[in-house]
Amino acid sequence: MKAILSGNEAVARGCYESGLHIATAYPGTPSTEILENITQYPEIKAQWAPNEKVAFEVAMGACFEGARTLVAMKHVGLNVAADPFMSVSLIGAPGGLIVVTADDPGMHSSQNEQDNRTYAKFAGYPCFEPADSQESKDFIAEALRISIEYDVPVLYRMTTRICHSKGIVELGDRVDYPISGFQPDPKKFVVLPAHARVRRHWALERLHRLTEYAEITPLNTIETGSRPIGVITNGISYQYVCEIMPDVSILKLGVSYPLPMQKIQQFAQSVDQLFVIEELEPFIEDQILAAGIACQGKQFWPTTGEFTPDIVQIGFVKAGVLKETSAFVKPEEVIARPPIFCPGCPHRAVYVALNKLKATVSSDIGCYTLGALPPLSATDTCVEMGASIGVAVGMATARGSGKGIVATIGDSTFMHSGMTGLLNAVTQNAGITVVILDNSITAMTGGQHHPGTGKNLDGRSSKPVEFAKLCQSLGVDRIKVIDPYDLIQTQEVLKAEMETDTLSVVLTNRPCALYPPENRKKVLQVPFHVNTDVCIGCHACFRVSCPAISEADTKTKKGLTQSCIDPQLCTGCSVCAQVCPVQAIQRVNHE
Amino acid sequence: MSEIKNILLVGVGGQGVLLASELLSDAAFKSDFDVKKSEVHGMAQRGGVVSSHVRFGEKVHSPLIPQGDCDVMLAFEQAEALRWLHFMKSSGVVIVNQRVWVPPIALMKGFEYPQDPLGMVQERMQRVLKINAQQMAEDLGNPKVENTLLLGTLSTVIELPVTIWQDVIRARVPKGTDALNLRAFELGLQSVTGEK
Ligand SMILES: Cc1ncc(C[n+]2csc(CCOP(=O)(O)OP(=O)(O)O)c2C)c(N)n1
Repeated sequence: MKAILSGNEAVARGCYESGLHIATAYPGTPSTEILENITQYPEIKAQWAPNEKVAFEVAMGACFEGARTLVAMKHVGLNVAADPFMSVSLIGAPGGLIVVTADDPGMHSSQNEQDNRTYAKFAGYPCFEPADSQESKDFIAEALRISIEYDVPVLYRMTTRICHSKGIVELGDRVDYPISGFQPDPKKFVVLPAHARVRRHWALERLHRLTEYAEITPLNTIETGSRPIGVITNGISYQYVCEIMPDVSILKLGVSYPLPMQKIQQFAQSVDQLFVIEELEPFIEDQILAAGIACQGKQFWPTTGEFTPDIVQIGFVKAGVLKETSAFVKPEEVIARPPIFCPGCPHRAVYVALNKLKATVSSDIGCYTLGALPPLSATDTCVEMGASIGVAVGMATARGSGKGIVATIGDSTFMHSGMTGLLNAVTQNAGITVVILDNSITAMTGGQHHPGTGKNLDGRSSKPVEFAKLCQSLGVDRIKVIDPYDLIQTQEVLKAEMETDTLSVVLTNRPCALYPPENRKKVLQVPFHVNTDVCIGCHACFRVSCPAISEADTKTKKGLTQSCIDPQLCTGCSVCAQVCPVQAIQRVNHE
Repeated sequence: MSEIKNILLVGVGGQGVLLASELLSDAAFKSDFDVKKSEVHGMAQRGGVVSSHVRFGEKVHSPLIPQGDCDVMLAFEQAEALRWLHFMKSSGVVIVNQRVWVPPIALMKGFEYPQDPLGMVQERMQRVLKINAQQMAEDLGNPKVENTLLLGTLSTVIELPVTIWQDVIRARVPKGTDALNLRAFELGLQSVTGEK
């Protein structure tokens, strides 16, 4: 049977067919749909973890028990999980362990574009790189086989384009395997220095054997073309090379670490000119050059950004093997459509207030990062998940006071890696203000549950964390709960907390306006409209940056353009009505 | 090289571009073609720029359409047609929904929605079909079928069997709306008869 599947759906299908037992993850674009799709196969136990490190640790435990296991994350998630990722190298993966890293060349929805193949080399793991949906499914079975046979975690590297493109996939049936059970062996599973020193030799020898595998695996294939030009390539770049240069010879690397250097040597000898075409870092190219084999790559193809067929083509023109084709038409510069807070988003008023109060805002990663963009322009720093509180404490330490310094962090991010930062703020007696934007969901990645929401991935209920109690037991004495639809209260509370040099936590109490969809009905209130008899055309309402508000066709007596509100979009949150200086924004039923 | 049909669907988040491209790729798949479809989702919420590449033929490698190779663009919004025009083959067809969606950023200084995007598209392309799908959908009694209507129009310029389109629509649209969606498809299909 055939189906048309995205790369992420195909990975989930591959897990099902290869008898996977357990899957865990923390959401992150472009990897999120892997676990979401695995839930359609009840044979696999799937769970969200509060962060990637915990997800990785759960996966390790499962695979120590002999379960076939997968853990998925976006590229930067592997930084969070790097500690167990590196150390389990010396233990191995007896049940089979696939670590999916979904990289994001071009940074469609990420703060950096690190190339995680580097992690495979760092830890000495094989790196599998599917080039389409069919391979995204098929390589799972092979990766599990290798993981078990070589007792090694496999880094399974996807990229945004592979994760989110659809293609036709030939499906297979599930093969079931028993879970073999934990076999105690302290010299293997307890990495004391004395044990680890011995295991290090074992891991190096394992890498040597994996190199032999890379030489013979059918995942590293040569397609001989009619021209004496050779291209070594991987992942999505392979598709672009096939599209642009159908007549060259290609060495396609489905296993991009360790490299099959003998095969590469032979391939190099069979062609007159050798190119390496890979997105992001010269990962393959550098190793080939280091082995003394001549090749060219990053001279012609960029190190930053996502490749396209056109970029691959331009590189071949630069390299002199393709004639200049008709010049590309320059794209028309059309008005941008940057993301802004949804109508009814509970984050909006907090940033309207912080802008007004001229706070120094150390923010974090989530929908609320949009508080940085004009006209809200409230945020001063944003680095990685969980950074906000630590950065605020550092600023307060440098200034000698926490007055005026505000850390803003979402509920999912606080669970992920904010708690230890807050604990440190208590220990350091930092007088900062921490705003936990509790919208009761992980919104940015499409609405996943977390330990604060009271639900598991499979719908089972769990005991939800109570944020106020949690902060209290971490040692925070000043805790305030605010209604973020009440702009006046929000502003007053934030002002008071900013003026004291005592640590305080401010919790918001409105749910996300979008997720979960069944909640939307609870969010909707009577919408607002602009009373054109009253509106003076001052555009103060534009500053709350709401998609429901736009310029009207009507004008004031002085000829100023008035505002209007789209009743279909307006959720009735009232924030705009509170900034209007003349009360022109009124509930629709207001007479 | 075997013939590949390249179709670009563009619009604004919330208009149903992604569902429409799902239906198109399903229809091509059910017609026994090799198919690839690509879009990037992540921040593609309401109001953002959305584009989806669909390619089908005997064997498709790249999920992205090379610039200048696009046979048909279906634009759900006027300015979006202009944004992606550089992907078009000179002989290609552009279908433009007459809808205008001005982004909130236009309220800020330094940002302006283009004057007459449809006019600019018509200046540069020989084969432009325009359709007022929003109005037609409202006339049908449900603005949500705008995307199915546009697919009807699209179906007149790419060769996939109408019965397959109908099957795909029945399988994919929300329960209870299939009759309405089939009517919308038919309306979109007829609205351009004879003027290609
Ligand atoms: C290490 C890491 N993991 C995952 C992500 C993907 N991601 C971005 S924001 C976010 C969480 C957002 O949830 P929350 O903090 O509750 O804010 P909201 O979007 O709901 O406002 C996630 C998981 C990331 N950027 N970095």
